Amino acid sequence: MDNIFAIAQKELRSYFVSPIAYVVVGLFAVLFGYFYIASLTILVRFSAQSGMFGGPQNININEFMVRPLLSNTAIILLFFLPFLTARAYAEEKRSGTIELLLTSPLSDMQIILGKFLGVFALFLMMLSVTAIHMGILFWYGEPELGPLLSGYLGLVLMGGSFISVGLLVSSTTQNQVVAGVVTFSVLLLFWVLSWMADSAGPTTQAVLSYLSILEHFDDFSKGVVDTAHVAYYLSFIAFGLFLTAKSVDSERWRG
Amino acid sequence: MIEVQHVTKRYGPVAAVSDLSFRVEAGQILGLLGPNGAGKTTTMRILTGYMPPTEGKAVIAGFDVFESPVDAKRRTGYLPESPPLYPDMTVREYLTFVARIKAVPSSDRRTRVDDAMGRTSVDDVADRQCGKLSKGYRQRVGLAQTILHNPDVLILDEPTAGLDPKQIIETRELIKELAGDHTIILSTHILPEVSQTCERVVIINQGRVVAEDTPDNLTGRLRGSETIRLQVDSSGVDPTSALAAVPGVAQVHAGDAGSDGRLVEVQAVEGADIRRQVANAVVSNGWGLLEMRPVRLSLEDIFLQLTTTEEEDADASVEDDEAGADDTPAAGRTESDHG
Repeated sequence: MDNIFAIAQKELRSYFVSPIAYVVVGLFAVLFGYFYIASLTILVRFSAQSGMFGGPQNININEFMVRPLLSNTAIILLFFLPFLTARAYAEEKRSGTIELLLTSPLSDMQIILGKFLGVFALFLMMLSVTAIHMGILFWYGEPELGPLLSGYLGLVLMGGSFISVGLLVSSTTQNQVVAGVVTFSVLLLFWVLSWMADSAGPTTQAVLSYLSILEHFDDFSKGVVDTAHVAYYLSFIAFGLFLTAKSVDSERWRG
Repeated sequence: MIEVQHVTKRYGPVAAVSDLSFRVEAGQILGLLGPNGAGKTTTMRILTGYMPPTEGKAVIAGFDVFESPVDAKRRTGYLPESPPLYPDMTVREYLTFVARIKAVPSSDRRTRVDDAMGRTSVDDVADRQCGKLSKGYRQRVGLAQTILHNPDVLILDEPTAGLDPKQIIETRELIKELAGDHTIILSTHILPEVSQTCERVVIINQGRVVAEDTPDNLTGRLRGSETIRLQVDSSGVDPTSALAAVPGVAQVHAGDAGSDGRLVEVQAVEGADIRRQVANAVVSNGWGLLEMRPVRLSLEDIFLQLTTTEEEDADASVEDDEAGADDTPAAGRTESDHG
């Protein structure tokens, strides 16, 4: 267990001694802030219009602001996380430090879990920046806490899935740019898988929309924590890490 | 302590190593000698569990590297060809991290790291970033990393490559010092290095063991066909016949006379030391002996020799006692060319 944490700590540290952590977390905060203000503006205008036409002035903040904001956040993650995972294996391979890891008394899974936790920790830090924005929302308004938390749970699980795909891709190359671009493409494909579902037959439709990362996120942002969706993300992560282990092992055989 | 049994490694149709077998007893230093691309690194990677062999097996301290990798790796320290350092960590941070993943108990970590830094004399750069170290320091931090967990076996892939002559001598001293507590395999393509540090030598070429011997026997083999290069001022006379008459001389090849004498190459019959006789012959003929030096066989020549001649009858008839002293600068030159 200590081995896993040693790797995780090393991984997390490497983001902070380089500009990566600061750039990624900083720009994430900027983009999130922009989306936050944009959706706030829409909310205010909406609420004013609603009042003008005799509707309720207190429209649901969760429905009209938090939900779209979290969906937008998911898209930011889709762009950002591939950059974080790109270096995980690619850099070790390029610099030769992979030889140190693979000849140390560690199992492949310990290394992979360590790396996963390292990136995951940075991702959580990134996400925790948004607590400030949400705090302000609670200060001035009265959003419901439940759907907000379930939305965040969804984001965390989805982020974990992105990271596991990123690790898998990174383990196959020693080029960070390739790792980043391939990860992004794979994630984007998983994202838009459900678009094809509309024009497909009933069985294909069910399969496609089940596989789509986006479909499963929807319920979380509505405030529904369905174990089926939680299981989807967890098994997605586990499968990604399992494939990474296979990839590392096959790399070893091929030399 | 270390056993390699019929190990074969194929990359697709190409065999990097084929049917390699050798063993190293506890406390020995074994030199793995071979030209670049001979399969040294592949052999070491198999021994350290970095990659599995296609056939055969490797055993470290009684543990099959692929049946029980964690046990075998716990007893192995490995320095790859380029030291596996994280450029953004300081030396101390790096060694502490390695100690942690090598399962050094947390209570011992500090002392082990300090001890390893002391033995490899990198304590003066303990707080510098690994990425900013000179090649010599990087190599030594790499060595420090191998001994942190006090392993039974050290596997060092070209530990002196790219170092300057002074550092090479220091590194060799360090390795010899470590040999007391550890069994060591080191690879190199530099011959003198082996004769100075190793007790046994395995020469591999194209993935096969070409010879396995002690360095003394190996040097004997070399001496067997020694060639001396002379610069002779023979005042217009062709020295060939006079030198060919010297006992022990197999062949004489004289060049044209130049302003600075004539270049002559004299080859001895196997096992004979003809240096004194040849010098005497030149002097007694009244010629000027301007220069005389042995032509050292390059490693390639030895390989040619070892792979083409069947019999292994070379016997070191003469002890080569100065070899140690005058080999070092040559080694330094070879290595800096290589680096």
